[in-house]
Amino acid sequence: MSYILAGETGDWEVVIGLEVHAQIISKSKLFSGAPTAYGAAPNTQVSLVDAAMPGMLPVINEYCIEQAVRTGLGLRAEINLVSVFDRKNYFYADLPQGYQISQLYHPIVGEGTVILDLADGSTREVGIERLHMEQDAGKSMHDQDPKRSFIDLNRSGTALMEIVSRPDLKSPEDVGAYLRKLRSILRYLGTCDGNMDEGSMRCDVNVSVRKVGETELRNRAEVKNVNSVRFAMQAVEIEARRQIEVYEDGGDVVQETRLFDSVKGETRSMRSKEQAHDYRYFPDPDLLPLVISQAYVDAIAESLPELPDERKQRYMGDFGLSSYDAGVLVAERDTAVYYESVASGHDPKLAANWVITNLFAVLKDKGVGITDSPISAVNMSKLLDLLADDTISGRIAKDVFEIMADTGKDPASIVAEKGLTQITDSGAIEAAIDKVIADNPAQVEQFRSGNEKIAGWFVGQVMQSTGGKANPGVLNKLLREKLKG
Amino acid sequence: MAKLTNHTIASARDGLASGDFSAVELVQAHVDAMSAARDLNAFITETPEIAIERATESDKRRAGGACAGPMDGIPVAVKDLFCTDGVLTTAGSHILDGFVPPYESTVSQNLRDAGAVMLGKTNMDEFAMGSANVTSYYGNVVNPWKGKDGKDLVPGGSSGGSAAAVSARLALGATGTDTGGSIRQPASFSGIVGLKPTYGRCSRWGIAAFASSLDQAGPMTRTVRDAAIMLGAMAGHDAKDSTSAPVDVPDFEAALSGDIKGLRVGIPKEYRMDGMAPEIEALWAEGIDMMKQAGAEIVDASLPNTRHALPTYYIIAPAEASANLARYDGVRYGLRVPGSSLDEMYANTRSEGFGDEVKRRILIGTYVLSAGFYDAYYRKAQRVRKLIADDFTKAFEDVDVLLTPTAPSEAFAIGEKMDDPVAMYLNDVFTVPASLAGLPGISVPTGLSGNGLPLGLQLLGRPFDEETVLRAADVLESAAGFDTVPGGEG
Repeated sequence: MSYILAGETGDWEVVIGLEVHAQIISKSKLFSGAPTAYGAAPNTQVSLVDAAMPGMLPVINEYCIEQAVRTGLGLRAEINLVSVFDRKNYFYADLPQGYQISQLYHPIVGEGTVILDLADGSTREVGIERLHMEQDAGKSMHDQDPKRSFIDLNRSGTALMEIVSRPDLKSPEDVGAYLRKLRSILRYLGTCDGNMDEGSMRCDVNVSVRKVGETELRNRAEVKNVNSVRFAMQAVEIEARRQIEVYEDGGDVVQETRLFDSVKGETRSMRSKEQAHDYRYFPDPDLLPLVISQAYVDAIAESLPELPDERKQRYMGDFGLSSYDAGVLVAERDTAVYYESVASGHDPKLAANWVITNLFAVLKDKGVGITDSPISAVNMSKLLDLLADDTISGRIAKDVFEIMADTGKDPASIVAEKGLTQITDSGAIEAAIDKVIADNPAQVEQFRSGNEKIAGWFVGQVMQSTGGKANPGVLNKLLREKLKG
Repeated sequence: MAKLTNHTIASARDGLASGDFSAVELVQAHVDAMSAARDLNAFITETPEIAIERATESDKRRAGGACAGPMDGIPVAVKDLFCTDGVLTTAGSHILDGFVPPYESTVSQNLRDAGAVMLGKTNMDEFAMGSANVTSYYGNVVNPWKGKDGKDLVPGGSSGGSAAAVSARLALGATGTDTGGSIRQPASFSGIVGLKPTYGRCSRWGIAAFASSLDQAGPMTRTVRDAAIMLGAMAGHDAKDSTSAPVDVPDFEAALSGDIKGLRVGIPKEYRMDGMAPEIEALWAEGIDMMKQAGAEIVDASLPNTRHALPTYYIIAPAEASANLARYDGVRYGLRVPGSSLDEMYANTRSEGFGDEVKRRILIGTYVLSAGFYDAYYRKAQRVRKLIADDFTKAFEDVDVLLTPTAPSEAFAIGEKMDDPVAMYLNDVFTVPASLAGLPGISVPTGLSGNGLPLGLQLLGRPFDEETVLRAADVLESAAGFDTVPGGEG
């Protein structure tokens, strides 16, 4: 599965690390009581602290600490009982304090692990270097007025977790798998909604390339403005190819920040002036070191929900699902809940098949998520009940499923309305078989002279004459007996 | 008593209680004094309407039997670093032009809740950076005291307006803030009492920040008793300030027993510096003698890292200030000087809005935090700060208070030391160590210089042991019998 880019001078591999900014789910901001709801009118969710009025002081929101610890535990990471907030100094119009309160030297969460679920069903560990808490900035709007920029401070002071991975990722596919898995964990934990399109999860991608076989890391570029999983994957590929080209043309890759342009499909250097920042980090004297107890951490650990990896193991162990199927079903918590509701009382493999093959196709077709599925988990269960008790055949079930997808109706009423109940009465099936045999002596002859494959044609004929309602098991058994004569 | 402005807080409290005069009469007398003494330039903003209104409310409360306590009806001045709801707040800086906060600092709110009446906002060194009150955008403050040559003198700083107002009988008390000596040094220069409480005793919420790990509000009054009364109304834990200490506020006045028998008073040898003015040395010796006479035990003490305090302070305080003052950027409030780009607007606004001393400290602070210099300056300074604090901890294992001079000189003439920032910084040599250690300290006027100017001695105590500091200061004050007032009255 290795991702190797061929160049003129040889084969290259890519080394990638991600910095993900995840907005903590919390009613109020990291250091103020202002609300955090998305989409409010500009500057309506701003406290005196968020606007950095003179004499205002930050007070840590304890719920945000809990959320960060919970996330750390979800990443199987070391929780630091003492952490310290630092000021990161820089000037920008949407940064009212003139510094961002962050955690550089002593983050709340240390090393952890994320397990990637790859497309071929295999898994791989990616190291987490650290997770720290920090404030978000406000938003500058440059397109509202020809001469002036406007500032919206609603987001100013909102709590973020910056989750930094080790440079353990090697391909665009890895990047996609990592982001999806991280998002899945955050959503399971309820610590970040993971909506990249609303900006509540954002990422910077650190990319470098090296010749296959090299062990040292070369200079990396930090690619910013990557606001979807797809863009992150694209950005890696584009940036890697650019760097290879630079090296192969005899140049050197500069360690710098670059901006991803999804429209032009390129990355561009940000002005050197903009990146010549010296952030002058130092411990924020307005805040005491953050000290938490092991008992506090343990209590949060007790309350953790079952996470995707554990759930996947359970699906594989208890339900006998493949690694791939289990991975797909647990990726979104809502999907897993749906699946478990359908699987309960049914064959779990059959249930998985229906959800993954049939339901996902419908959802994709209609462009909706599983919580807005036209087929409720209850109705899906009923459909499997109808199959299990032989009321309908698998074939009819597919037709009923299509109608359910279009109408959202209960499968039992669809079956009743359309008269789709399976014919299991062997007399009725026998009569249908007899008629087909009587009408098609030539085909009967073919069967009897050794072409057993033609049995399938007879099945089709009988099904057609019964409107597909003949029980396939009964039909097959009777048909073979009668054809053999 | 003929003049209501000659009262102390304690005597005014008693006069109000016994109905000798009303709060309105008391406040009106101070409003009149304030407007008659504008040549001192002690106030940036006078608020006579607010004062009379609050005095009227105070009289009503008292009449209704609901007196809010010893500060009810007492006219006080508020340093212009404290944000005051609906009243211009400038921090002595051009950059806060027209800034009227929609909120009240915790300390000034506490005073309001205790019934104290605000007369106005006092002048100060810009953002509390200075030791002579000559860096204010609103002009220098004149010390009510004059030397023999009659020249105008500085009142000390940065709380110079508060010191001048209290010394000149324009207010019975005033709030100050002390980062490296900004309450104690002007108190010494102006012949009043200035108390810097333990770091964390008073909330910093709503006080424009200079150096967050050092800034502390405190009372400036004419007597130790008044300082005790006023501190009681200012202090208290505040959930809005994470560095505010969750400790109870004791009855500070009750600590003034007048008895220091057996109290161990340490004399730190490192404060006896080379080239120390003989009259400061003499003053100190007299103070030691007074304490001994009162029954205290005088003990030699040592604070070995004292000589590192000033350089340490001038790394840490500017470093914090460089970040704290970043918010004054012309974007949201105060002065904005337009420019053709955001960066140009910042540069124009901050160039015009900040004075030289503030710029100097922002530059020093930015430098010591820069990549490549952080370890050599800021980190090292933090380590030395710890050593300085440890010195005190060790000393206080053996002594109850330390007695030192407050400042190395008497008040100097306006314009002096202006071209030599280091000479100016040396004013804080005796006050800075306790600031770095977060300890309570008080300056008590104990004598006059040969030039007829007031001089103060400083008492330092253990963290949150303001009671012992006040008890010792009260005895020292009585022994010194400093009862002169500027202009030779009294």
